[in-house]
Amino acid sequence: MHKEVLLSMADITKVFPGVKALDEVSLEVSPGEVHAIVGENGAGKSTLVNIVSGVLQPDGGEMYFDGKAFAPWNPREAQELGIGFVHQETALCPHLSVAENVFLGRMPQRVRALVDFKEAKAETIRLLGRFATQINPMDKVQDLSMANQQVVEIVKALSLDCRLLILDEPTSSLTEIETENLFQLIQELKQRGISILYISHRLKEVFRVCDRVTILRDGRYVKTLAIKDTTEDEVIRNMVGRSISTFYPEKAGQGEEEILRVEGLTKERIFRNVSFSVKKGEILGFAGLVGAGRSEVARAICGIDGFDTGQVYLSQESVRFESFHDAISARLAYLTEDRKVEGLFLNMAIQPNISVTSLENITRHRLVHRQKETEIAKRYVDMLRVKASSLLQKVVNLSGGNQQKVMVAKWLAIDPVVLFMDEPTRGIDVGAKAEIHHLMRQLVNRGVGIVLISSELPEIIGMCDRVIVMNEGLIAGELMDSDITEDNIMRLAATQRERIA
Amino acid sequence: MNMGSGGQVTGQGVQEIHRTSLLTRALGVREFTLFIIIIGFSLILSLLTPHFLTKANITTTAIGLAADGIIAAGMTVALVLGGFDLSVGAVMALSGVVAGSLYLSGTNIWLAALVALGVGMLCGLVNGYFIGHVGLNPFITTLGMMSIARGSSYVLTKGSPLSLAGISKGFKFLGGGRIFGFPVMVLIYLVIVLVMDFAMRRSAAMRQVFYVGSNEKAAALSGIDVSRVKTGVFFLTGTLAAITGILTLSRFTVAAPNAGMSAEMRAIAASVIGGASLRGGEGTILGSVLGVILLALVNNALILLNVSVYWQDLLTGIILISAVLLDFLSHRSTYLTK
Ligand SMILES: Nc1ncnc2c1ncn2[C@@H]1O[C@H](COP(=O)(O)OP(=O)(O)OP(=O)(O)O)[C@@H](O)[C@H]1O
Ligand SMILES: [Mg+2]
Repeated sequence: MHKEVLLSMADITKVFPGVKALDEVSLEVSPGEVHAIVGENGAGKSTLVNIVSGVLQPDGGEMYFDGKAFAPWNPREAQELGIGFVHQETALCPHLSVAENVFLGRMPQRVRALVDFKEAKAETIRLLGRFATQINPMDKVQDLSMANQQVVEIVKALSLDCRLLILDEPTSSLTEIETENLFQLIQELKQRGISILYISHRLKEVFRVCDRVTILRDGRYVKTLAIKDTTEDEVIRNMVGRSISTFYPEKAGQGEEEILRVEGLTKERIFRNVSFSVKKGEILGFAGLVGAGRSEVARAICGIDGFDTGQVYLSQESVRFESFHDAISARLAYLTEDRKVEGLFLNMAIQPNISVTSLENITRHRLVHRQKETEIAKRYVDMLRVKASSLLQKVVNLSGGNQQKVMVAKWLAIDPVVLFMDEPTRGIDVGAKAEIHHLMRQLVNRGVGIVLISSELPEIIGMCDRVIVMNEGLIAGELMDSDITEDNIMRLAATQRERIA
Repeated sequence: MNMGSGGQVTGQGVQEIHRTSLLTRALGVREFTLFIIIIGFSLILSLLTPHFLTKANITTTAIGLAADGIIAAGMTVALVLGGFDLSVGAVMALSGVVAGSLYLSGTNIWLAALVALGVGMLCGLVNGYFIGHVGLNPFITTLGMMSIARGSSYVLTKGSPLSLAGISKGFKFLGGGRIFGFPVMVLIYLVIVLVMDFAMRRSAAMRQVFYVGSNEKAAALSGIDVSRVKTGVFFLTGTLAAITGILTLSRFTVAAPNAGMSAEMRAIAASVIGGASLRGGEGTILGSVLGVILLALVNNALILLNVSVYWQDLLTGIILISAVLLDFLSHRSTYLTK
């Protein structure tokens, strides 16, 4: 039977110094199809779609788009053919406004610039309206949270008239509600005959919105399965070559000894009267919608951003960290949610990226003790199974998930007493995610207190011993044991309240 | 995760790949290319003129480049930080002038030199305070400091050079003396370079400079005191500029208010030719040395071949742009994928 094909890739190969990122990978996408690409961190998913969108050029293989041979030399060429791309790492201009960023993609039509400007702005507002978050089209992108940046990135791609939309981990920073909105949009696009390539580590999403799934492993094509004929377990088995228990580690009982206590923490217009405590040996979850103020509270406690009033007690002693450096010396750690801008030294190697937080411990007579530095880096690279060709490989050349692991490693290296983890498993594959979850449990069992901020409800529900739900800068409620359910969290998180003045 | 595809980190894999990559890296690095260019250039020059490979010519060229070299070493650190210091040439002049005028008004020359060193350090600290703690832009701040330092030198000397004839032999030894026929000034440059090169590779302080230059936000969010690191770097560039000013004073026994004119531009050019990046996070002291040598060779060639020295700026510009182009082409893929 004749089957229509929009994009076909045959035997695509791509070699980077030291790695064969893709080894004769083939793939076909039909019109109106949502096609998932899954695989472990570093399997080659981003590399594959970067080739479709002209960011990278293949070393071998052929591509056809709409029946014609296709070899885009740069992103512009692919874009003109109707290929839209939402990157794994947001690629927006931070100094420009949201609207300007969305318009940027419309440059080809600059002849009618004025008309388009208005149209596009209206369109931006319309598309933004589809998402629950409040984004002002005139806000600068750099002032937006990660989730909102991701929304803008999606809106930007949608505003283009594309025939194939590539979404590389579009939901990694989104909460349930935005994700739900995105799924609705995907259904609409599908009905209009637009094809979508969808990369995600969240298999639940893949099974909800996709028609077929192509599995990559170590740069090689494994197989393509129709979603309706397969199971999550089968997909995972093909991804990693074995079965993985995706169960969350067993929870511990409630801890008794209090490590950190926060009383009445307030910061004008951001959060108000936040009080809670972290007990030894527990994972405390912070749930809430994007913009609820979860990260801001953590950053204020750690002395990264200031706060107006309130008290912080560390092991019953009142503390106020003037700088993050002081907090680190007291072995408080904050894992940032944004790895590219705030987390990593991209053009430096893995080793110094991990040792940066423990520089003082490996310095003798003002010199960095290189052997100790390598030891630390190697210990955590092995523990977290970072996939890299050497400790001296530049972080920029790692896959997204492996970059995330490097970031986790640098905070484990300080041997923290309280660890704030802001979206710690963003972009991490199923196997590694389970490993990090087990590691978190091991850490709390050894007496560390962990505060987990996550927009992924199943993670919060599966991991946390206690959950605090924030809503527009206020604590909306605290849940324990069997009360930690999706319904309860959403009810507290989404209820309209008086706005914080 | 290792699925048996080979070449991934597990056990000895790290070490092995590390070794091979060192070799390939040596061939790929800027310093190596520059070294070859310098050797080739010298060979051609020695064929073109018999005056090139003479002891006199080489010694004078070496002494001449030492001054630029000390300043360029500091500039490299500033570039690694992701900034630069435009005031170094002027600070160099100011410290020479301060030492000169103090000496002429009866102060002991060593004491005068010490005060001059202090003045240079102070200029650096002021730059560092405004850039690191207040958060002003390095371009504007050091441009301002450049005017202030240059202006002060003119005010102190009323515009004309101060002659320090009759200055003590001991002091003259710094800039003009020889040890076993080897110019002291070049020795001082060598010591500075060796210490700084070692520090860049090994010291914790310099490591912090790399972190800040690579990603300032991430550095702050890893607990690095970014303001202090910035202040320290500008303190260093100021100090090195003052040292150069004092050495130059000793060499010529003249304190000229227009000394070190556009030294900052030559220093930036030399560092960038040597592989430092204006984006920060990259640069080596060895690279700056080779950059300075290349520029000095070009200058020397023009003189020996009787070409007008006015060609010098033009050629410096061409070399600089070629170097930056080379950098851009070799990093092209990273520009695109980021
Ligand atoms: N520019 C580069 N230079 C060297 N190696 C690279 C480069 N880009 C990617 N790689 C390597 O290619 C492999 C595939 O990377 P890719 O980014 O496609 O993985 P991915 O499947 O998207 O992973 P993730 O789920 O973590 O995002 C990895 O081993 C990575 O280290
Ligand atoms: Mg990826």
